[in-house]
Amino acid sequence: MSTQNPSTRLFGLMFPGAFWLIVFFFLPITLILGISFMTKGGSGSPEFPLTVENYSRVFGEEYLTLFGRSLWISLLSTILTVIIAFPVTIWIVRLPKKWRDLAVFLVMIPFWTNFLLRTYALRFMLLNEGPVMRAINGVWVDSLGFEDPIELLFTQFSVMLGLVYGNLPFMILPLYASLEKFDWTLLEAASDLGANVMNSFMRVMLPLTAPGVIAGSILVFVPAIGNYVTVELMGGGKSQMIGRTIAQQFSTANHWPFGAALSLMMMIVVTAAALIYFRVGRGEKVR
Amino acid sequence: MAQPQADFAVELRDVVKQFGDVAAVDHVSMAIRQKEFFSMLGPSGCGKTTCLRMIAGFEQPTKGDLRINGLSMGNVPAFQRNVNTVFQSYALFPHLTVAQNVGFGLEMKRVATDEIKRRVKEALELVRLPQLADRHPKQMSGGQQQRVALARALVNRPQVLLLDEPLGALDLKLRKEMQIELKNLQTQVGITFIYVTHDQEEALTMSDRICVMSRGKALQIGSPLEIYERPNCRFVADFIGETNFLDGKVMRIDGEFAEIEVAGRKFVGRVGEGARVGDNATMSIRPEKMLLVDKPTPGALNTYETRVASIAYVGSDTRVIVRLGDIQLDVWEQNSQSTLDPSYFFKPGEAAWLTFKPENALVIKD
Repeated sequence: MSTQNPSTRLFGLMFPGAFWLIVFFFLPITLILGISFMTKGGSGSPEFPLTVENYSRVFGEEYLTLFGRSLWISLLSTILTVIIAFPVTIWIVRLPKKWRDLAVFLVMIPFWTNFLLRTYALRFMLLNEGPVMRAINGVWVDSLGFEDPIELLFTQFSVMLGLVYGNLPFMILPLYASLEKFDWTLLEAASDLGANVMNSFMRVMLPLTAPGVIAGSILVFVPAIGNYVTVELMGGGKSQMIGRTIAQQFSTANHWPFGAALSLMMMIVVTAAALIYFRVGRGEKVR
Repeated sequence: MAQPQADFAVELRDVVKQFGDVAAVDHVSMAIRQKEFFSMLGPSGCGKTTCLRMIAGFEQPTKGDLRINGLSMGNVPAFQRNVNTVFQSYALFPHLTVAQNVGFGLEMKRVATDEIKRRVKEALELVRLPQLADRHPKQMSGGQQQRVALARALVNRPQVLLLDEPLGALDLKLRKEMQIELKNLQTQVGITFIYVTHDQEEALTMSDRICVMSRGKALQIGSPLEIYERPNCRFVADFIGETNFLDGKVMRIDGEFAEIEVAGRKFVGRVGEGARVGDNATMSIRPEKMLLVDKPTPGALNTYETRVASIAYVGSDTRVIVRLGDIQLDVWEQNSQSTLDPSYFFKPGEAAWLTFKPENALVIKD
């Protein structure tokens, strides 16, 4: 066997990965690409003739606005996630060893419960008929004398809350990996050299933990843009995002070709956004 | 910074630092003079680094008053203190170049860009590294990183420079070179240096004054000569250099001298701190201050017949262990004569007369 051609051996190593990619990535993408140029059939399944009409609809004002909105909401949720995750992760990293492991474990515990179930639970928390909001509105209306009860569910706020809540662990874990390696004497050095807390963070800690922030942001931003469960359950139709629109095209609207075109467009937008982000992040690191 | 200079650059007044139940610094007072090279010396865990960190502002004293240039530092955070630190691990910013590292402090003080450039260049010339301005810390040797850390601190022209075992990570030869360089640098820039080390030779070489610490207490503060020649307690005598202890009882004090009886033999030495007639005390006598001779001088004090237990030739001197009854003593004989003649050395088992001058021995309270 020792005389085996190296390139044959290399092929052997590559085969499982290549097989996986072809069957589960290239083939479906090609299929979607194909469908996106077809016409909506009577029963909803794609039919010939080929057309570019789906794409001219995608580039129409309505859907470009939707893309912009989705990008903005995802970006905002990513920024909020970073802002919340940073202090939490710093706190976790600075805990004594045994408590630190427990804290990381607690961050991961929500993964043991179905995401849908957790979103329903969150929805129940914000529901005006639920015990939490009933208590809050009890104080708000009866004691403080406001006329209208607070409504949180089915608002921009509830969608954002759902996105941030669901994605927080994906930010905390990569950030934890970065912060665990962080040399804390560098912060002492910064303050020794006259840097206040803000400068120490911006000039020393953030650049050095950038890989974690970038990884976490990608993990949060990309699923947020395609998310439809949270948008559906927490937004209740009042907050539309591109992921939900795509899902509707494949289900209720029964327009597979248009859904396929939107999907591909979303892939391109997400990839472009991620590339720009990586570029900027890397530039920031070297300065 | 043309502030009026107080008498002392840094003052600790009865400072206590408690970590949980442990007092890392236990009622320490010291006054460090302007432009002084001051060392805090002691074994690890003696509280020297905690003292330094309190001066830097990284730790707050539990009790007591800490003053820099006469001003109480009660609520002044680290970033507002006019002191800079050279860290043991250097703590250079790995994402910044050498020039950016050195310029960091000036940038924080919003010094103009042109001036930053000029002062960074000056600082790098001071530590003889001007050619490495664009490197990153990882691309440099330990010795070079050490110099960058020094430049990064000195460029801010602090009132006091704090150095936390800065030479600890360097190899012996480089360390010796840096000791001399640091001392020269300190004279050149005229800044108060507070230097923390566990290496007594380093402290003796560089310092104007040394504070010997142990278990959170400042045991003795004095010049290298005072610390070595007149230690005020057993710990200081033991920690600085090598010494022999002869434990006994003070029999008589006569002016500057005291007589101590050790296992039936009488020795005479200078009276040290706290020695009282009738008390248990110890005599400290350094190995290099004793002589071994073939024949005793008649009537000389501190002269006893001993037996040679072992000898070790170490080049510049010969280290002999002799036995005087149950007592074992280290004696270092300087090889100032030709050592090529084998009869020059004592042999194990031979008799030798041990003698030392009373002024070279010190009787201290046990």
